[in-house]
Amino acid sequence: MDWIPPIFRRRKIYNDLSEEIRLHIEERTEQLVREGMSPKQAAREARLAFGNRTLLEERSREVWQWPTLESIAADVRIALRQLRRSPGFTIAAVLTLALAIGANAVVFGLMDGMVLRPLNVPQAGSLYGTHYGDNPAWQSYPNYIDLRDRNRSFEDLAAFNMVLGVGFDTGKNPIAANGFAATGNYFDVLRIHPYLGRLFHASDEHGPNSAPYVVLTYQYWRTRFNGDPGVVGRSVQLDKHAFTIIGVAPPEFQGTIMFIAPDFFMPIVNEEQMGAPSLNTRATEHAVFEALGHLKPGVTLAQAVSDVGAVNGYLEKTYPKEIVHHGTALSREGLTSFGPAVRAFVAGLMVLSGLILLAACANLGSLFAARAADRSREVALRLALGSSRKRILRGLLTEALLISFAGGAAGLLVSFMLLRRMSTWQPIPGVPLHLPVAPGAMLYVVALGLALFSGFLFGIVPIRQILRANPYEVVKAGPSARTGRRLTIRDVLLVVQIAICAVLVTSSLVAVRGLVRSLHSKFGFDPRGTMTAGVDLAAAGYSDDKVPAMQRRIIEAIGTIPGVDAVGLVNGYPPLVYTAGNRADVYKEETSDLSPPNAAAMPFRYEVSPKYFEAAGTTLLAGRSFLWGDDKNAPSVAVVNREFADRMFGSVTGAVGRNYRLQDGTRVQVAGVVEDGKYMSLTEAQQPAMFLPFLQSPASAAYLVVRSKRDPQQLAAAIRSKVRELDAGLPVDTQTWTQMLEVVLFPARVATMALGVLGLMGAMLSITGIFGMAAYSVSNRLRELGIRMALGAPRKEVLHAALGRPFRLLAIGSAAGLTMGLLATRVLAFIVYQATPRDPLVLAGVVLAMALLGLLATWIPAQRALSVNPLILLRED
Amino acid sequence: MTESNARDLFPGALEMMILESLRRQPAHGYALVQHIQQRSNDLLQVEEGSLYPALQRLLKAKLVKAEWGVSSTNRRVRTYQITASGLSHLEQQISSFERMFEGIWLVVNPGKATTS
Repeated sequence: MDWIPPIFRRRKIYNDLSEEIRLHIEERTEQLVREGMSPKQAAREARLAFGNRTLLEERSREVWQWPTLESIAADVRIALRQLRRSPGFTIAAVLTLALAIGANAVVFGLMDGMVLRPLNVPQAGSLYGTHYGDNPAWQSYPNYIDLRDRNRSFEDLAAFNMVLGVGFDTGKNPIAANGFAATGNYFDVLRIHPYLGRLFHASDEHGPNSAPYVVLTYQYWRTRFNGDPGVVGRSVQLDKHAFTIIGVAPPEFQGTIMFIAPDFFMPIVNEEQMGAPSLNTRATEHAVFEALGHLKPGVTLAQAVSDVGAVNGYLEKTYPKEIVHHGTALSREGLTSFGPAVRAFVAGLMVLSGLILLAACANLGSLFAARAADRSREVALRLALGSSRKRILRGLLTEALLISFAGGAAGLLVSFMLLRRMSTWQPIPGVPLHLPVAPGAMLYVVALGLALFSGFLFGIVPIRQILRANPYEVVKAGPSARTGRRLTIRDVLLVVQIAICAVLVTSSLVAVRGLVRSLHSKFGFDPRGTMTAGVDLAAAGYSDDKVPAMQRRIIEAIGTIPGVDAVGLVNGYPPLVYTAGNRADVYKEETSDLSPPNAAAMPFRYEVSPKYFEAAGTTLLAGRSFLWGDDKNAPSVAVVNREFADRMFGSVTGAVGRNYRLQDGTRVQVAGVVEDGKYMSLTEAQQPAMFLPFLQSPASAAYLVVRSKRDPQQLAAAIRSKVRELDAGLPVDTQTWTQMLEVVLFPARVATMALGVLGLMGAMLSITGIFGMAAYSVSNRLRELGIRMALGAPRKEVLHAALGRPFRLLAIGSAAGLTMGLLATRVLAFIVYQATPRDPLVLAGVVLAMALLGLLATWIPAQRALSVNPLILLRED
Repeated sequence: MTESNARDLFPGALEMMILESLRRQPAHGYALVQHIQQRSNDLLQVEEGSLYPALQRLLKAKLVKAEWGVSSTNRRVRTYQITASGLSHLEQQISSFERMFEGIWLVVNPGKATTS
């Protein structure tokens, strides 16, 4: 059957036809003229004899047109009529699908935005960044220069670092802004062109602090400068240093780290002015967050990794004391430090939302099967009257596809709105969070594909039923003849569906429990009743030698605020804030060769003031904490955590008084031991940590930790006014420690929210599924139930007869789902801290939830079964 | 009322007559019309144009084939020719038509048992 003749062939056919008809009329006219008519009259006569030329030509053409198109339209009309006749069924089906397809489309949007194309830059596919096995990708600027000049795999290598909380002063008011300090070639490597003005280039760099230029991001330009095109050329102050705004980056470019949208870009050669270590320091990890570039054409990832590894090996050999990284890898740019977690999360979501879709299909499949069974008499009649099975199936499939398209369209709409909201979401005030999820064209394709897929999936369920139907039997016996006891496809579908829903309910319960526990777990400090105040003295123009004295004055001043129990200070960030943390290699006292392979441990390193442990609520287990006397002139001491003590010295009590060495050879004596804690993330395994006296390694950027039972608002105001008394130009950033923890808890929160929503959807689906099954089973056997009641069966037995089967299926499905769910939650443990499936509360919760769902869903059918009036029923048929 | 005449033909009759004419000799559309009208002693007033949808149906079913050429009167014409499957289709149609006609005849003329 070639009912799709190629278009050009059809055109030729039509042309031939027109020509032929024209010639026909011409021949007739000539004939008539020969017979003696005037040419004019002959032409008229010929046209008359031919008939309605347009209509006939049309009809001739129709012969070649698709017969299918018209019959599809007819099918759709019939299907629409059928669906309109049962609006409840239609609405339930469309809603179910809209939920399922919407969920999948949202998850696809997330995957598309975060995993498939994490960075919105040209040719992102060949863009790779450095990544170290032992740490996120921090390194020093000299290392980056060596890597840039010695590698043979990258076209060019750029690097950037984050500069957070920079005082961005436009002349009236310094506001804290977050930026990227980038190498001069950054924009050129990324192939980014300015939206306004110009960007900086490698030619702008002439050594440290030589390029006082700022490029604004489009968003910051719009919000802070109201999109004023006159900003180019304007002078601003960053941390009291003069800079010039030279341009605005294009709207779609939001830096090169997933989830973090900077406000501005500045040359990395000027990073020192923002309080970063000197550019020439090799023994730091903090100058460069990441080096990135496009691989040269033809260079494979494996070649590039070994090339970068070779450079790293050379650096380790040449500068054994300064290099802290072991192992180098390259990763797709943008996801660096979040890659594995994000991928695991999105993969988990995909699996779960895929399950939702399957559950919805199973649900609709059984609904359709039930509907087909209800309509078996109609189908039988049509078959008996000579309709082909193919035709009937086509009708059913058309209904299924109509429902799936309607559901798909609704789902797409919902997901579109959700993704739009997400991309502008700012859940944590003050944190430049950015979810790169703009709904794109692929979303339509995916939604359409899902709709088609699910439509066919549940549309084919009743096919076997129809193909096997014997019209004679059905018409003779009536629909109630087939209440067989054997396992039907509907039962299987219901069990599958319930199992899937139980998986979803289980995993969401596990996630919620995990989150609750992680909120109440031991952090190694007590964030409640603790205020933090970020103070950056470099930003206020203090030179390094004046920093420690000023910090001590601030600590003492805040200590005088009434109601303050303890005040401490920690350089950089306190533990668990902004997922930032320093690590450093340490060596046993007897180790003489201080090169990384000989390191005994790589603990987190904090520099803290006296009273820090009291302020943070960290328990001292042995020894002493720091005193003001532990300064540059005193011997080096440290307080270590229990893990450090156990690992290095075998016990807590034995550790006090023992010595170990830092990377630079300094011998440090352990003065005290504190309890274990969490330092970088909630999901980390127990890590060693050491605390050094801040006076022995001063830094200008620090956080004050203030313990007080006072109202946080009042306390913050009091802290700010105290600092203003000391120096009116010193900005203070006050937040409670709990607020700061939000960043760390954010992934777990989001995961729990997502799983909660999916779990809820699963619960809803299982309710509709069980309800459909129970309602159908009751209505199918209404007559039988009526007879039983008429013969005096007790209510309990009637209920058992009517609902025993759905309940048994529910039990089987729940058990299967629970087992699978517990297995699946291992995946969850990646994201949600303490997500353990071996939790009696979760087990009980799932069982209870499924039982409740079952009761809820069978309530109405049970009522109907009990209210059967045998007399009316028996009269009916 | 030529138009109503054409409609009154039972479905397939026109196709059958076209095939039969083409079996005798290939012809172009105009010639076919002339032929059918002459052969039916002008009893069947076929609307000339209604021939063309029928011809297209036959073309599509590959019962006839068409070719542009030049007629004996030196006109550009599209000549139709019956195909092998067209021939067998025609045989079938004629025999089923004969049976139907016989049946109708028996009902309409119950007296005369067998006529032909």
